[in-house]
Amino acid sequence: MKLDSDDFELFGVPPQFEQDTAVLDARWRTLLSEFHPDRFVSEGAQAQRLAMQWSVRINEAHRRLKDPLARAAYLCELHGAPIHAEDNTAMPGTFLMQQMEWRESLDEASTLAEVEALATAVAAHRNDAFGELRLLLDDRQDHAAAAQQVRALMFVERFASDVDHRLEALEQ
Amino acid sequence: MALLQISEPGGAPDPHQRRIAVGIDLGTTHSLVASVRHGVAECLPDSAGRVILPSAVRYLPNGGRQIGADALAEAATDPHNTLVSVKRFMGRGLADIADRAKLPYDFVEAPGMVQIRTIDGIKSPVEVSAEILATLRQRAEDTFDDELFGAVVTVPAYFDDAQRQATKDAAQLAGLNVLRLINEPTAAAIAYGLENGSEGLYAVYDLGGGTFDISLLRLSAGVFEVVATGGDSALGGDDFDHALADWALAQAGLSAESSQDKRAVLVAARAAKEKLSAADHATLACPMSADKGSATELSVRVTRDQFDAITHDLVSRTVTVLRKVLRDAKTDKAAVQGVVMVGGSTRMPSVQAAVSDFFGKAPLNNLNPDEVVALGAALHANTLAGNAGAEEMLLLDVIPLSLGLETMGGLVERIIPRNSSIPTARAQDFTTFKDGQTALAIHVVQGERELVSDCRSLARFELRGIPPMVAGAARIRVSFTVDADGMLSVAAREEGSGVEASISVKPSYGLADEDIARMLSESFSTAEIDMQERALRESRVEAERMTLATRAALAADGDLLSTQDIAAIEVMLDKLETARQGIDHHAIDAAVEALAHSTEAFAAERMNRGIRKALSGRRVTEV
Repeated sequence: MKLDSDDFELFGVPPQFEQDTAVLDARWRTLLSEFHPDRFVSEGAQAQRLAMQWSVRINEAHRRLKDPLARAAYLCELHGAPIHAEDNTAMPGTFLMQQMEWRESLDEASTLAEVEALATAVAAHRNDAFGELRLLLDDRQDHAAAAQQVRALMFVERFASDVDHRLEALEQ
Repeated sequence: MALLQISEPGGAPDPHQRRIAVGIDLGTTHSLVASVRHGVAECLPDSAGRVILPSAVRYLPNGGRQIGADALAEAATDPHNTLVSVKRFMGRGLADIADRAKLPYDFVEAPGMVQIRTIDGIKSPVEVSAEILATLRQRAEDTFDDELFGAVVTVPAYFDDAQRQATKDAAQLAGLNVLRLINEPTAAAIAYGLENGSEGLYAVYDLGGGTFDISLLRLSAGVFEVVATGGDSALGGDDFDHALADWALAQAGLSAESSQDKRAVLVAARAAKEKLSAADHATLACPMSADKGSATELSVRVTRDQFDAITHDLVSRTVTVLRKVLRDAKTDKAAVQGVVMVGGSTRMPSVQAAVSDFFGKAPLNNLNPDEVVALGAALHANTLAGNAGAEEMLLLDVIPLSLGLETMGGLVERIIPRNSSIPTARAQDFTTFKDGQTALAIHVVQGERELVSDCRSLARFELRGIPPMVAGAARIRVSFTVDADGMLSVAAREEGSGVEASISVKPSYGLADEDIARMLSESFSTAEIDMQERALRESRVEAERMTLATRAALAADGDLLSTQDIAAIEVMLDKLETARQGIDHHAIDAAVEALAHSTEAFAAERMNRGIRKALSGRRVTEV
């Protein structure tokens, strides 16, 4: 086990999309309980620096593993299918149509109920898309197709966060 | 000194067990100091038996000052020179203080932070806070009849970097060694959690005199994990006083013009507010000097229902923040097991009712809301001082506000989002936008808004010496690192040429080191500190600590090393011992650094062994 081990090795979990959040959180707590700089307060600056490095690495891995989209992107990258979102903006026509419809509905929505309905629709879509991603990554090992799916989901996530902002504004 | 011997059964007393560490709650309206004695945290009383020190400083014409209750007693008669609630001005410019017109102070605009003119000269909020902290430090040193090793000072979770830096500066000015600044709700959770052995997701609702915080924490087996935090650093009990005072003046058709009147009305409003926590009506009454100097009396009867209506918006604002924090945490209010109430303002029945309505369960009030923050800070201070029996507690904290950079068009590019666990590091790549551009200006900001002008500016620096290239060809990696103290450093590097620049962020609103040095020399409460002697003491403690740690490491994991390696480390240990006997603290520091350097590879190996053991479910060998 080294600082440059991959996230899955570091957390001692199988390198796959399907993960148990409770296990990840428990591992994270166990690892930080050993390596947090506060555990080395009486061991000098050198130990502090190392503990800091390890803690940063542990937090980085935890952040990536617990976020399904980041985890999927990371798996694609480990298997030679990097996402390169900025260079790969081409999306299927049907997907773009749906995005436009959503955007329009959000622009037109004026009540909390309307925005909430949209949020529910987006959440359902996300759920299905993640199910498909699991299939591609864990069962079919088709990382190129998974990478395409990740790129599509990045659009969906961005839209979902815009919906959240609207909800926040309406609740105030 | 027998008082302090907190040895574990069978444990030999070593230097680690004698460190006196305190927790300080530097509050808007009052402040406390606590420490772990006989294994339990308790607030330290002054010679009159009072644990609460009102956060009030009165400056006198002869250069003297009154601090605490004595000062507060004169707030209405000498409003210009009696400074209260200065926590609201920490790290703030004049424009940031919305209600400045209603306050009886003579504000002075100053670069970075507002100042106040008094009969004893112009005072910065940092200096005023330092007076309060120095008083508490003195109280602790008198209690233990010894010097303090260090202190954990609490700040509202929603304080930004400028406010945190101002608090750190004040502590330094007061001669305190700051072990850590921790968030008030987190401190409360530590005290609550350790006392009750609680496990699960808890919310801490902290409404103090000047600030509001809400934090969600997951408690499990001594680990305090901050899940999300939010708040409003300009919303507190003072605002309830102002709202009530304004209402009463309007009812009576009067207005408060003079400083005396402004302060008198606020004092009366606060008294009425406090009375309404138990009674269903109260009378807000005080003498006032009306137009043309003819005296009159303000006397307005207020019922609790009226008070609740007047302050309804303020309570609603706290509930809005509650919702936002739950959303940030991606959790539901039903998942929250308990709500811990902190801060004197949570005594208001309308606040209790709003929280209980929102969560659908009665909040937890079984701790003294005034003391719980200081007690939690003391428990954490005990851990950070490395005292025996404290290693079972661990605090995993987050950053309260997003950190980012200014990009083209005055927009903010977020690098580390709020509620990220610390320590953390993140990097982002940028490029040049002009052909032949050889420098890049980097502007570090903090806040949640999209526009730089709406966020707080933390630091600016430049990366120079980029080789001329066409626009967009340079690849500049900017990395943000936040350590366990929540302190940010930023580095930029052009990957092609390797040119680098970096900065440790000290917010533009903080004080320069020269200011601190000047204030230190001016401040009579800290003048007696002999800096030289203090440095030597600290170096010796560090040398001792390092020697013990190295010997323990050799005993535990010496098998990782060859005989030659061990011999080399022994030589460094001997050199350090020789330096420690001397009086040159630079020589001691150099020997400590040399020992650290020679054990670098060994330490890395031990970490690797440790992580393997952690994953296999066993504990790392105790050191």
